[in-house]
Amino acid sequence: MFVLVEMVDTVRIPPWNFQSKLNEAISEELNKKLANKVVYNVGLCICLYDITKLEDSYIFPGDGASHTKVHFRYVVFHPFLDEILVGKIKYCSQEGVHVTMDFFDDILIPPESLQQPAKFDEAEQVWLWEYETDEGAHDLYMDQGEEIRFRVADELFVDTSPTGPATAAKETPKKEPPYTLIGTICEPGLGLLSWWNS
Amino acid sequence: MEVKNANAAMLSNYEVFKLLTDLKEKRKDSGRNKHSVGQQNLNTITYETLKHLSNTPCSRQSPEIVKEFLTTMMPHKLTKAEKLQLLNHRPQTAVEIQLMVEESEERLSEEQIEELIQTVSDILPGDPEQQNVAPAEAEMDEGGEQS
Repeated sequence: MFVLVEMVDTVRIPPWNFQSKLNEAISEELNKKLANKVVYNVGLCICLYDITKLEDSYIFPGDGASHTKVHFRYVVFHPFLDEILVGKIKYCSQEGVHVTMDFFDDILIPPESLQQPAKFDEAEQVWLWEYETDEGAHDLYMDQGEEIRFRVADELFVDTSPTGPATAAKETPKKEPPYTLIGTICEPGLGLLSWWNS
Repeated sequence: MEVKNANAAMLSNYEVFKLLTDLKEKRKDSGRNKHSVGQQNLNTITYETLKHLSNTPCSRQSPEIVKEFLTTMMPHKLTKAEKLQLLNHRPQTAVEIQLMVEESEERLSEEQIEELIQTVSDILPGDPEQQNVAPAEAEMDEGGEQS
């Protein structure tokens, strides 16, 4: 679920932070910059793991702050393909089942990846699994808040850097999440935990 | 900013859980600056991640348990990713093991899967609430047989 990513960056420490130890000031700045943010093609950054190398600090003309090149490792949420994860159902819609993992919300299980045959109940806005046994068909509802086990089928990174002024004016900006996970529960053992606990 | 290695190492849920718990303790002591605007993101992600991880088996693990688990897993010849998933999820049924271990029907016999479930159950601590239910049921059974 979590990986360690090695990064290099130049950290700017403003003069009013010169009283604290360099390592602490740098850790604070790095966490301020990266925590809870998605880095394109890397994942959701959680927190700083450690600083591996500190190069010399420089002060440039016109700016009283110090600039230090830092090599560090950051804890990043980036599940590998086919990894099994457990989350909670946030809500269901025509697009599929939306799953949340508290710290990460943009997980979608599309209708074709649900346990088949699946049906969408319009009245209650919930997906259900039409489970057939010898006794007859049971409708297993995928209710909000239920814990669900799924496999990571795909990931989608979107570059949400600001575009130029030309396009911005007339189009209503469509907010796309920078990092989306596509899941599947189309295998024995996947789906609501309550379905498989004997 | 430059990314030197997007996949330098894999971390188990326990390692991240411990890191965030230690970070929270350190920040509690320093006190003054954790409420500043810049630190809000770190606070949010730490709180949410700890909330999620405390409901998983990793909250009951320790470095010794992880080391013992990995040593016991060596003869089964599982890949790093498979061992990591077993450590993070603590599967209790054969179905769960088959999800996490690729081609488990070809690589593991039924006894080996049972052995894996037993090892996981023995070495990795489970949910105390679930474990309290099982002994109570055993006592009820014994009472029925005696009378």
